[in-house]
Amino acid sequence: MNALQRSGSGSMAQSPRSSTSQAPYLTVSVTDPAKMGNGVQAYISYKVITKTNFPEYQGPEKIVIRRYSDFVWLRDRLFERYKGIFIPPLPEKSTVEKFRFSAEFIEMRRQALDVFVNRIASHHELQQSEDLRTFLLEDEQTMERERSQETGIFKKKPADFMQIFKDVQSRVSDVVLGKEKPVEESNPEYEKQKNYIFQLEDHLAEAQKHAYRLVKRHRELGQSLSDFGKAVKLLGTCEGNSLGKAFSELGAKSELLSIKLQREAHHLLMRFEEPLKDYVRAVQSIKATIAERANAFRHHCELAETIKFKEIDLNKLRLTRSEKLADAEREYEQLKADGKESKRKFETIVKLMNEEIARFQEQKTIDMGVVFHEFAEGQAHLAKSIAEAWRSLLPKLEACSSSLETPDA
Amino acid sequence: MMGYENQGFEEAHLYASKEEMASLVLNEDPSPPSNGSKSFPHDPLSSSPPFVEIPTDDTDPLHPPSANQVLPSHSSINSILEPPSYADAIFRSFDSDYVASPEVNSQDQSLSALPSFSSDYIKICVSDPQKEQEQSGSLVPGGSYYFTYLITTFTNLPEFNGAEFNVRRRFRDVVTLSDRISESYRGYFIPIRPDKSVVESQVMQQNEFVEQRRIALEKYLGRLAVHPVLKRSEELRVFLTVSGKMPLARTTDVASRMLDGAVRLPKQLFGGESVVGGAAEVSEVALPAKGGRDLLRIFRELKQSVVNDWGATKPPVIEEDKEFLEKKEKLQDLEQQISNVSQQAESLVKNHHDMGETMGQLGLAFVKLTKFESEEAIYDSQKACAADMKNVATAAVKASRLYRELNAQTVKHLEKLHEYLGVMLAVNNAFSDRTSALLTVQTLKSELSSLNSRIEKLEAASSKIFGGDRSRIRKIEELRETVRVTEEAKNCAVREYERIKENNKNELERLDKERQDDFLSMLKGFVVNQAGYAEKMANTWETVAEETSGYVK
Repeated sequence: MNALQRSGSGSMAQSPRSSTSQAPYLTVSVTDPAKMGNGVQAYISYKVITKTNFPEYQGPEKIVIRRYSDFVWLRDRLFERYKGIFIPPLPEKSTVEKFRFSAEFIEMRRQALDVFVNRIASHHELQQSEDLRTFLLEDEQTMERERSQETGIFKKKPADFMQIFKDVQSRVSDVVLGKEKPVEESNPEYEKQKNYIFQLEDHLAEAQKHAYRLVKRHRELGQSLSDFGKAVKLLGTCEGNSLGKAFSELGAKSELLSIKLQREAHHLLMRFEEPLKDYVRAVQSIKATIAERANAFRHHCELAETIKFKEIDLNKLRLTRSEKLADAEREYEQLKADGKESKRKFETIVKLMNEEIARFQEQKTIDMGVVFHEFAEGQAHLAKSIAEAWRSLLPKLEACSSSLETPDA
Repeated sequence: MMGYENQGFEEAHLYASKEEMASLVLNEDPSPPSNGSKSFPHDPLSSSPPFVEIPTDDTDPLHPPSANQVLPSHSSINSILEPPSYADAIFRSFDSDYVASPEVNSQDQSLSALPSFSSDYIKICVSDPQKEQEQSGSLVPGGSYYFTYLITTFTNLPEFNGAEFNVRRRFRDVVTLSDRISESYRGYFIPIRPDKSVVESQVMQQNEFVEQRRIALEKYLGRLAVHPVLKRSEELRVFLTVSGKMPLARTTDVASRMLDGAVRLPKQLFGGESVVGGAAEVSEVALPAKGGRDLLRIFRELKQSVVNDWGATKPPVIEEDKEFLEKKEKLQDLEQQISNVSQQAESLVKNHHDMGETMGQLGLAFVKLTKFESEEAIYDSQKACAADMKNVATAAVKASRLYRELNAQTVKHLEKLHEYLGVMLAVNNAFSDRTSALLTVQTLKSELSSLNSRIEKLEAASSKIFGGDRSRIRKIEELRETVRVTEEAKNCAVREYERIKENNKNELERLDKERQDDFLSMLKGFVVNQAGYAEKMANTWETVAEETSGYVK
């Protein structure tokens, strides 16, 4: 199980129809990546195993086969339906690496997908989602149908976060260029939070960058130790006698350490660098929600404007006793209802966001805590092995020098 | 809070007394500097307990220049980190015959096991470079200049008749010294003198160049002083003690080694190996007049014929000593391997350096994150996260420093490898001496045989004429005289060759023994160093693991 799962996940929701006395749980694992298809059409499929006692799931365990675009579908649906909630992020859609499908890439993606689904499964609201059920239970043909419907109905792909950012950013540049002032909330606390999110992304991205480099350094050092070990062993055979043996042993240890370093490099990649990257994505997802909130606010404001104008119109019509009055009144009522609805939507988003931010901070602290712990343990363990390996040579070196001091036969 | 007070680790804790360390950090709670300078190794390896030393000036400065690269100097970031290292001692592995300085040390570095050398003492320092004007009329108006160095010698060797000497010498004098020693001590593994390196001097700043040269000279003279035979040489003694103008005359470079060997013969004829005070001009030494000059001419002609040969190679020497050939091949192989290891070692050092750098940058990134999260933290969870990040940042920066220190020590240990590459050059030279001496012998032998066959022919021709052929007889007389001289020369050459062979043999034994000792101590030092620093790093990270263990309960 991935360390990023919260312990005791899935036990948040209390299903009123639960007949079992056991606490409700819903856990998912994404496993067994398998390459399917050939050439340009090739893709990776994953086994998604669901274990639950939620009544809606009709059964304790279910296994389905899913591919990356299915996960994207799920994320998009959730994003549309649960505005205000921070939807867990997905690993990037890669266009180049896809063709290479290196083992490392596949493992990184699998881990990220696993984290994604489990975060949804452990979110008290998202876990109730029908789309999640579809994703976890339906067979592949049904899934494919759902996926192809998606592109028709929702023209704007919320998955395209870049577009959303551009909207946000273009609004800023509009102000700079002296265009019409955009309609934005004037909530200083919210402003602070937005700033925090934007800066957090930068900071996390930098940390992730260095984490990635650290992985590389481990690999390079590992290679270097291997080369060094080989050269030392050759020198050992050249020297012969006990000194030669000493060199050979040193060379062997160096090669051993090289392996340990490669292992740690992989460990660092999966448990340190990838979680950091994951949090960068998570923050980007928050930015998408921020954009949604801005949209909702703008929509609400625009409606309010429209309603005001409509009122003026209405009064005009009342005064002139036009026959259009009835229609206009109907429209006006409709608009007012819409206005109420948009206000409600906006306020829901605000409320949800406040909860989400607190939850996010808590989750971040826990997740990062685990990451830091594993990072420190990994480094400590590596350093200890290194020290042990080198120290184990000392008795042998001692033996060599004493044999050198005694005159050879 | 750092947790390095933990017991059971083979470290001693010292004041890191450098001001630079203190300036790095400003924080509320300086951890009490842990006292005590004892090392407590838990494995009973007496010869290599990890000693700790207070950093002296010739070590890499612990932190500042490089630390300033890692940490920006705004105090707000510095205030995030705890005081780095009252107890963060510099760890140095210390083996009995390894001294962490390039200076010559008083003991024979590698023969610590042999008591007979322990009473000898000769230490040479090179200092105080000064610019001086070229005296003799130079072609360049304005005059050129050169540098002289003060050479100070402390010794208790009886030959010196004194305990301390100071002389001024210029680089040219060192070249002379080196050449003279090479002539007199053929077959020995003579340390290679520093390069003349004219090109580099134009690239570098003058100060740098002079300083580099000063260090190189000190190293070179130190190596001479440590060589059991060369340290007692007349040439060295004169160089070190006689004030004023350098008394050793420059060698008149006569010819190739082959000719050199021949030219040396008259010297050998009259005994005494190292005759100081003049290049052995053949003409000055009493030689059987005509024969001698003929001899010289013969050799010149022979050399000429060799040179004229299109292949421009010397006639092949038939080395019959199989053992020698095997040994030579082995040494060539050894040289190759040492060179390889040296290269890989450099690469290893570089990789450790890179690792340290990246670790430091990671630490920095987390420092910034910590600061960011702490400022206007709204949620308690944020504060907790910031605290965790701070721990990680501190550990990462510390680890980064440890890598740097590790490397500084590793470089010193592995310097031995570089030294031995230089020794290999000396060995090659010594083997060349032998080869050219053998060539001289073989040349003389073949010369003798051709002379004898000429005599035979003349005698045969002359005997046919009744009463003798006066001109032929005279010729035969002359030839016999030449044969006599050549015979003596050949015997001399053979003696010289045997002498060189003996020198080679002794030196090879010495080399083997010293090399074993040196390499062994180098390995020990390297291993202890690596282990020690790895342990320190383990400590650092274990602390963080402890502090974050709550998250994985």
